[in-house]
Amino acid sequence: MRTHSRALAVVVMLSAALAGAPSWAADEPGAEAGHGGHGGGGWQSWRAENEVSNRASLQRGARNFMAYCQGCHSLKYVRYSRLGEDLGIPQEQLDQFLLPPGAKPADYILTTMPYADAETWFGKAPPDLSLIARSRGVDYVYQFLKTFYADPAKPTGVNNLRLEGTAMPHVLSELQGVQQAVFKTVETHGEGGQAQSARVFEKFEPLVPGRLSEAEYDAFVRDTVNFLDYVGEPTQLKRKALGIWVVLFLGVFTWLAYLLKKEYWKDVH
Amino acid sequence: MAQPASKVGTPNSGVAVAPKKGLRAWFQKRLPVDEFVEDQLTGYYAPKNFNFWYYFGVLSLVVLVLQLVTGIFLTMFYKVGEATAFDSVEFIMREVEWGWLIRYLHSTGASAFFVVVYLHMFRALLYGSYKAPRELLWLFGMAIYLALMAEAFMGYVLPWGNMSFWGAQVIVNLFGTIPAIGPGLVEWIRGDYGIADATLNRFFALHVVAIPLALLLLVTLHLVALRRVGSSNPDGIEIKEKLAANGKPVDGIPFHPYYTLKDLVGVGVFFILFSIIVFFVPTLGGLFLEAPNFEPANPLSTPEHIAPVWYFTPYYAILRAVPDQQLGALLMFASVALFLFLPWLDRSPVKSMRYRGWMSRTALAVFTVSFIVLMYLGLQPAEGLYVLLARIFTVLYFAFFLLMPIYTRIERVKPVPERVTYHAHA
Repeated sequence: MRTHSRALAVVVMLSAALAGAPSWAADEPGAEAGHGGHGGGGWQSWRAENEVSNRASLQRGARNFMAYCQGCHSLKYVRYSRLGEDLGIPQEQLDQFLLPPGAKPADYILTTMPYADAETWFGKAPPDLSLIARSRGVDYVYQFLKTFYADPAKPTGVNNLRLEGTAMPHVLSELQGVQQAVFKTVETHGEGGQAQSARVFEKFEPLVPGRLSEAEYDAFVRDTVNFLDYVGEPTQLKRKALGIWVVLFLGVFTWLAYLLKKEYWKDVH
Repeated sequence: MAQPASKVGTPNSGVAVAPKKGLRAWFQKRLPVDEFVEDQLTGYYAPKNFNFWYYFGVLSLVVLVLQLVTGIFLTMFYKVGEATAFDSVEFIMREVEWGWLIRYLHSTGASAFFVVVYLHMFRALLYGSYKAPRELLWLFGMAIYLALMAEAFMGYVLPWGNMSFWGAQVIVNLFGTIPAIGPGLVEWIRGDYGIADATLNRFFALHVVAIPLALLLLVTLHLVALRRVGSSNPDGIEIKEKLAANGKPVDGIPFHPYYTLKDLVGVGVFFILFSIIVFFVPTLGGLFLEAPNFEPANPLSTPEHIAPVWYFTPYYAILRAVPDQQLGALLMFASVALFLFLPWLDRSPVKSMRYRGWMSRTALAVFTVSFIVLMYLGLQPAEGLYVLLARIFTVLYFAFFLLMPIYTRIERVKPVPERVTYHAHA
């Protein structure tokens, strides 16, 4: 799993951020803005650190998705019933909390927003999120949901560090609040040695407070990303559980084959 | 060295002891079953000193079967067509019983095929397996390799992800660099003015019918040619030149049961490693399944870096190392084609690296490093230091082949022993 193979430094820094320090405190000055992602430190090094085996987290993530994402985004390859089975959500709770009016358990999780309207409103229809955790990675989604900042020049009033110029409004602003991004201008030298000035992200500053604390919002985003990770490959837990037995069986098989081979090869001198 | 035990030397003819009654006799009367087993397995003598490098031939065969079987099951659910292909793959991954396993076995199998084939080819370079009288065997092997590349490329297009689309775009356009006929040829391959539905449909036909048939034919020829000339070995000694009283090679042992059982162990170890990837890291960090391919094909959105899957990247790095696109494509095709000429480029009087001089050994080491570095560079963006490195290692890659007639002739070689080196394990 990509979430397990992180440099220690990143984990330490993230732990510091999660331990109650405001996440922008972990930002190192000089981290680049935009989606270049080449700079060390800063928001680019935030990791989702989600655990797909954490069922409670997946259930919370499912709830978050239905409440905040499904209005615009579909999960067109996932059925409600499969979700209920995999996440251990009882039928009556599935009906009560997750199923939209008129939907059947075997239905795919689609958004109710008409495609044509979505295109008119946002310039492009919000993408299906079934595979977002696989195509972009969980860290990408985690960083995206945490780096919205106020930008009056945009029709939505917000912009995003992970996906500069995103058409998506900050639907989680009531939870996170709205933050302001502080940029500084840095002089660099281009390939030919000529001076260039670049706008570089420095830090976030809170503008409007949200309902959740910094740590609570991180947890909210982590659960949601965790859910999308599961949605990207619903069989992944089963796959790993089965894998252990397959490898054990092959180990025994190979050992027996080796003993047989050894017995026969006694003849060869 | 001790003589082979009597059991080994005894002709193990099934024909002599064939029963006269029963089902087996019924078949034997109508089909040369026993003769076939005798010819191919029990009476086929292979050198007794095979080492680690000799597992990869049989492993290639195992992976071929795995790909054929999993491929058949995939075609039962895969829906060819630009509107349905991507969705059907996700349907296989999520809703078809064991579909995820079949798909991962197939996608991991594609990479595993190249792993074992590259190691198999390296074995040939290490022990001079391509040298006379095995030139034709080597050429059939190279034909298999070329067919395999076509098979893998077209298979990669079928899920119709965004990297499928853009990879196809880049690779098909390479044929456009051929003077005069290029542009027309590209259009003929695609069946459209761009990579489109028509392209996907014909790649499907080629991937599931035409090329697998060609592969099976070529593998058969490869094996038939192998039976005629016999396997080489780490010492590069022709075991047929030293025969025992029974007419069998002194240093040979029947392929069955000795090598069938030894290979069974190798197959077991292979499947352990293979299963670890399938069950725990099926994408192998984007190396076996690239992340952009989890997005449907989109002609309007180019992935940040278009890189082929790892097994093509050495050649891709060579292509990009040359500033001129036409020359780059030419060098790329040449870098594959040069393998075909190895039996004639190599002028060494000995086959195995064990008895060659320092020049051949250094050349092979440099080539191996170049191949791996180019493989890495092909996965990186073509910029800055990477381009420079790609150029250096491209030169070294070609030097291995082009200087081979010289360094294999002038170097001092060690005397080759009469008999193979074999130490029985306690």
